[in-house]
Amino acid sequence: MKQLTALQQQGRRSNSFRGASSPLDAGVEGSIRSPATIFWLVLHGLCCLISLVLGFRFSRIVFFLLFSTASSPSATTIYTSLQTTVPSSAATSPPERNVSGGGGGSRVVVGRHGILIRPWPHPDPAEVMTAHKIIERVQLEQRSQYGVKSPRTVIAVTPTYVRTFQTLHLTGLMHSLMNVPYDVIWIVVEAGGATNETASLIARSGLRTIHIGFDTKMPVLWDDRHKLESKMRLHALRVVREKRLDGIVMFADDSNMHSLELFDEIQKVQWVGAVSVGILAQSGGSEEGELPVIRKDDSEKDDKDPQLPVQGPACNSSNHLVGWHTFDSSPYLEKSARYIGDGAVVLPRKLEWAGFVLNSRLVWEDADKPGWVKEFEAVGRDGEDVESPLSFLNDASVVEPLGSCGRKVMLWWLRVEARADSKFPARWIIDPPLDITVPAKHTPWPDAPPELPSSVEKVISIQETTDKRASKNGSRRKRSSRSKRKHTAKVIDEQVSTRHSGDN
Amino acid sequence: MRNRRWVFAVLLFLALCLRIEAFKFQRTQRTERISGSAGDVLEDDPVGRLKVFVYELPSKYNKKILQKDPRCLTHMFAAEIYMHRFLLSSAVRTLNPEEADWFYTPVYTTCDLTPNGLPLPFKSPRMMRSAIQLISSNWPYWNRTEGADHFFIVPHDFGACFHYQEEKAIERGILPLLQRATLVQTFGQRNHVCLKDGSITIPPYAPPQKMQAHLIPPSIPRSIFVYFRGLFYDVGNDPEGGYYARGARASVWENFKNNPLFDISTEHPTTYYEDMQRAVFCLCPLGWAPWSPRLVEAVIFGCIPVIIADDIVLPFADAIPWEEIGVFVAEKDVPKLDTILTSIPIEEILRKQRLLANPSMKQAMLFPQPAQPRDAFHQILNGLARKLPHDASVYLKPGEKVLNWTAGPVGDLKPW
Repeated sequence: MKQLTALQQQGRRSNSFRGASSPLDAGVEGSIRSPATIFWLVLHGLCCLISLVLGFRFSRIVFFLLFSTASSPSATTIYTSLQTTVPSSAATSPPERNVSGGGGGSRVVVGRHGILIRPWPHPDPAEVMTAHKIIERVQLEQRSQYGVKSPRTVIAVTPTYVRTFQTLHLTGLMHSLMNVPYDVIWIVVEAGGATNETASLIARSGLRTIHIGFDTKMPVLWDDRHKLESKMRLHALRVVREKRLDGIVMFADDSNMHSLELFDEIQKVQWVGAVSVGILAQSGGSEEGELPVIRKDDSEKDDKDPQLPVQGPACNSSNHLVGWHTFDSSPYLEKSARYIGDGAVVLPRKLEWAGFVLNSRLVWEDADKPGWVKEFEAVGRDGEDVESPLSFLNDASVVEPLGSCGRKVMLWWLRVEARADSKFPARWIIDPPLDITVPAKHTPWPDAPPELPSSVEKVISIQETTDKRASKNGSRRKRSSRSKRKHTAKVIDEQVSTRHSGDN
Repeated sequence: MRNRRWVFAVLLFLALCLRIEAFKFQRTQRTERISGSAGDVLEDDPVGRLKVFVYELPSKYNKKILQKDPRCLTHMFAAEIYMHRFLLSSAVRTLNPEEADWFYTPVYTTCDLTPNGLPLPFKSPRMMRSAIQLISSNWPYWNRTEGADHFFIVPHDFGACFHYQEEKAIERGILPLLQRATLVQTFGQRNHVCLKDGSITIPPYAPPQKMQAHLIPPSIPRSIFVYFRGLFYDVGNDPEGGYYARGARASVWENFKNNPLFDISTEHPTTYYEDMQRAVFCLCPLGWAPWSPRLVEAVIFGCIPVIIADDIVLPFADAIPWEEIGVFVAEKDVPKLDTILTSIPIEEILRKQRLLANPSMKQAMLFPQPAQPRDAFHQILNGLARKLPHDASVYLKPGEKVLNWTAGPVGDLKPW
């Protein structure tokens, strides 16, 4: 009896608190110091020592088996369980140990089972791909159930022209549009006529594109550029009207940054919507690094907590449109950039086109349009400058504010350009290859006043240093010394200046 | 003139109603009806189909125990307490025991907690026995049938075997006095001593408000393939592994710890509920007992449960077609779990998700306070109602005795 209970205690894996508070299980020991208990204690100690030596648990059961002649079925089954106590990480088959009292016909047994590990426990790439396809399909189903019902085509209007930074900007915009989960029609209007360079760039998107050439060349002054862009956008809207494209028109300027949530949000527009645009007016100089907060009430203007100026709809507490946040350009009027690439702060206009979305039916010829929209042909006639789509409306209060009433910024306006005359390899293919030394094309720099901040200059000066290494020329030495002078005037990039000084 | 206005108003009202109906239809369009082997019974209303009489036991069996340790209201065995409260104010309750179909004994056997919060079952058999002695001596209804029309809620690890260790529980077996009664328990495993025929399996208690508070919008895409958080090895009780979960959890860890599709770990993240809502499959392997609240959580959060527990009997198995909702994996097939899961056809996965999205499915797994229609309380009553009318054999002839009041371990016979 005592041995049986001791045997039962072998299989115990009692946790300390469970064992301590189980008075019923503590039946055997007491304060009796009989020879049997001492014998078992000694045996226990011996087994511990053997386990230390052997490296696996060597339990008292073995002694019991060795010394007992009991032929009960429990003995043999315990023996099989002992076999599996040998630690092995290889696949072992689970022992079938019949537990006394287990129901007849039960496949599941209590006791120690082996841990099944397959020989190569690593993922199979084909299965990983299948799993990703499953996830994609599940997400598609989720989108169709909980996302936008009956999504409309997004018609993105982009004015562009061939210049150094065009590839940079258009690639970013193209990737954003490629990730939009809805149908996209991309209307690219190119100043200076449609070129192969732009065409090859946008062909890589795989989207449905309409590439239109606009015969005027892009001017160098920023003001003129803004005006020409407006004209180009009107031209694109004319195409929408002629082809009767159905969807939501958004104005995706090529240097802007769009979040994918923007495209989900604009699906909610009914006729005209406005979103908030974060203005990242580029500040070339490091003196005024931050731009002051633009708020409706000027009393709050403090420069200890500068924030991003945001253009967009302004709402009252009941989420109705009451006005507009615009960009206050008065602090910058002296320092603003005049021509493209001069490195000063590039100012947006009062309200940028990019912050508006239109239902394409508003520009259609005869469609069910609400009364407050003007006829398309009436707008922009006589070459007047159309500053924003608000010019299409008789009544600006019908604009729907999107993005939780303009509180969410999903779109950022940015104008970063190189100088208009900067050269770059056509289609960014360097032909002939670099290991043949060929004098690079010299960009003819007109004399520029020295206090221009050189953040854009450093792009050009890096090009200059490579030029310098390629060939030695007296006139270039003069140029480099001039650029060095410019750099000492305003040290922006330490590395560039040290390289200059080192080489000179 | 006035008539026309009335007619117009009525028509408008009707139009509004129909519109609302249309919305409801739109919502449920993407879910599927659940029909188990007992039919579409999740939506049955038990009121009117049965009458339950609640015995008035002295408060030492229920209220005083709860007062000593209010943690009993939030742990996974809290169903016994909430069921009592529900029955006290339910429409199925009758104060006339002569017309009752079922008799309920409110005894909280799972409320004796350790400092860590785990229930100790050592006094439970004695407590149950004492309660039965009380009701058999004060009311004639127990002796009339020897408990065959009585039901008890025993949500502990192995039900009415009253022990946390499986070997011990099997050895004890179900309390002999409960031999004829209906047991409502969370434990369910086929061909097991501790699950007797005619028992009703219920889900473990999971706090409904806590889960509702962590719901995220359903449009957030599910990007985790397989999710699991919990122990793989119980180092305190089973350091070498092989005992805990019959080695299945350890096998999951060893085979899939390097697999990027399996987001499994032992951490306790604060975003546990949110992560389940971002997962396609949630593993529900057995632990020391085959059932766990993970199943309830997976159903609430729309994550397809992957049940790794041989021969398990899931809650309300006759009303809910678990085969169609979850994925069952045999313990010996755990090393092939990734192959099994990726080879399920996508239509089946979408169908399972639609079934899980059915609100009656989620409702049936919860114990909300106050009770709502079609929740777990009502499903328990539905289960009891399906067992009616009682067979004539439950009523014993006078003087006939079936139960052996002295059976069981000697320790159980001590008074409580």
